[in-house]
Amino acid sequence: MKPRTIIDKIWDAHQVRAESADTPGILYVDLHLIHEVTTPQAFTELHSRGLKVRCPERVLATLDHSTPTLPADAQGRRPYVTAEAERQVLQLETNCAEFGIELNGWNSEHRGIVHVMGPEIGATQPGMTIVCGDSHTATHGAFGALAFGIGTTEVGHVLATQCLLQRKPKSFAIHVDGKLRPGVSAKDLILHIIGRIGVGGGTGHVIEYRGPAIEALSMEERMTVCNMSIEAGARAGLIAPDQVTFDWLKGRPRTPRGADWERAVAAWRTLVSDPGANYDSEVRIDASAIGPTISYGTHPGMVTPIAAVIPSARNAQESKALAYMQFDGGQALTGQKVDVVFVGSCTNSRLSDLRDAAAVMRGHKVADGVRMLIVPGSVLIKREAEAEGLDEVFLTAGAEWREAGCSMCIGMNGDIAQPGQLVVSTSNRNFEGRQGPGVRTVLASPRVAAVAAIAGVITDPDAFQERAA
Amino acid sequence: MKPLTRIRSRTASLPFENIDTDRIIPARFLTTTERAGLGRYAFNDWRYLEGGAENPEFPLNKAQAKDCRILVAGRNFGCGSSREHAPWALLDYGIEAVISSEIADIFRSNSLKNGLLTIVIDEAAHAELLASPGIELVIDIGEGSISKPDGSTIPFELDRFARHCLLNGVDQLGFLLDAEADISAWESRRAANPYSMESAA
Repeated sequence: MKPRTIIDKIWDAHQVRAESADTPGILYVDLHLIHEVTTPQAFTELHSRGLKVRCPERVLATLDHSTPTLPADAQGRRPYVTAEAERQVLQLETNCAEFGIELNGWNSEHRGIVHVMGPEIGATQPGMTIVCGDSHTATHGAFGALAFGIGTTEVGHVLATQCLLQRKPKSFAIHVDGKLRPGVSAKDLILHIIGRIGVGGGTGHVIEYRGPAIEALSMEERMTVCNMSIEAGARAGLIAPDQVTFDWLKGRPRTPRGADWERAVAAWRTLVSDPGANYDSEVRIDASAIGPTISYGTHPGMVTPIAAVIPSARNAQESKALAYMQFDGGQALTGQKVDVVFVGSCTNSRLSDLRDAAAVMRGHKVADGVRMLIVPGSVLIKREAEAEGLDEVFLTAGAEWREAGCSMCIGMNGDIAQPGQLVVSTSNRNFEGRQGPGVRTVLASPRVAAVAAIAGVITDPDAFQERAA
Repeated sequence: MKPLTRIRSRTASLPFENIDTDRIIPARFLTTTERAGLGRYAFNDWRYLEGGAENPEFPLNKAQAKDCRILVAGRNFGCGSSREHAPWALLDYGIEAVISSEIADIFRSNSLKNGLLTIVIDEAAHAELLASPGIELVIDIGEGSISKPDGSTIPFELDRFARHCLLNGVDQLGFLLDAEADISAWESRRAANPYSMESAA
């Protein structure tokens, strides 16, 4: 048999019907994650055609985008940004009840960002095909699953048939050699990778991240890397599962038990790319050369080492981006005044991210004039963080400790900054207006974000911690 | 979906790379539960000034761009989120085709499922079109060609299935529902060996 990549293996195993020149293939979906924003029109379509959800047990819902991150009042009323946002949430609750779909709603400890919830309950497993009406679905690729974002029409297709019409994507191997330096995170790595291959560099491809620096990452770090695959234009990104993956998953609520677990792990161990397997594109990255990395422009490919000066614009696009950011080429990024710091999002809202931020903030105060929001990825993560006392660290420092959700990553729930403000954000997109009209976003790791909050200006965390020591 | 065979229109140009879906429709308009009527939000934060007046600098607000149904945009149009609200908004605004040298995957897939034609052409032809807003083009979907006023044509590739669906107004969900027997058979084989990575087809 021809050597196959992990992508080939998952694809082959889920092909109901192979593609031809005239028609795409039919791909079976193991797990369909849904949230309130990209599903109402799909359920309306089912209603209008009189269709059922084919496999409700393969669909899992949560509430994350339009949900307030401030708690309910004494009467139980939640501070939704608009009545329409509340109706959207209610509509998902109604649709799930009607079609028999499990919803991790307001009363569930697993409610939270959809890409945090799936892994947390062990619904995300190696070798699966996973889709969601959300472009950051590649997060689940960290477990060796083929996971990608789809549109609402396709959400309807999967609800009705558990399948998608798909042509096979190309494969892209990103080999990361060496070892990340201490204090350099998975976020720095993925920002560096996107800067290297460009925001359209992965278009039409599924990325396999591989090599010693990838194998050395924890599951949380692998999720951060795979999460931002779409920011390089890729359909998906994944990492071969290994003992780190199995250890992380074992015992989570939806994982197999006993003999089934052993059978599953034996099968999952075959989920590696065969020696000699062919990729359509390949790139090599040296992890040891990467330092703390942040964005300076209006897309996630405009990144630079934090200690470097802002690159000069090479064309009209980059001039426009720098003008929006109110930055000049040749200027230092460090020292730029910060208005808001956001720690959260499906990229960086897991317990390890909160610990990274807390490690910097312990014993410090958020600088005068800076607002800091810390938004855990799920209700469970919030509880775990509180059990460790991280909430005390944040609150004592003067940060806001919020309820789980997407929050200021997308700003749909009203968590936004003001026009012209500079936000250092652990999220994934620095597009114009992403965090509110006219808001300037700088993407960074939790460590860099926490240092910025304390210093009040963008600061090289290595220099900061030397000063503090 | 209505069959779409030919589009004749003057073009409007957005000569910017990486126009993301947050630019096409900002996230705060995604709390809707409908797909109709989103054209009024298309390019909202670019199209309007603070206070609601039209931004005279936005290319689609220029007099010559009014009623254009073909949009020529810079490389990597539609990058970012999976929101299908982006093609819904463009269609409702009156755009029927987007031409670029690169179009983001999810946006392209969403567009074609709604009858918004996405066309990728080579960089030289793209640069020329981008620099000549207002020219009248005729797009022939069956032929896979764009005709310019001087009689020359630019060929483009379109997935055969997407072309078939556009030309005939085919509903892709119907195609999947018709595959029910194959889907059930696959599920039975899979159930016998749930974790196997061998092909179950």
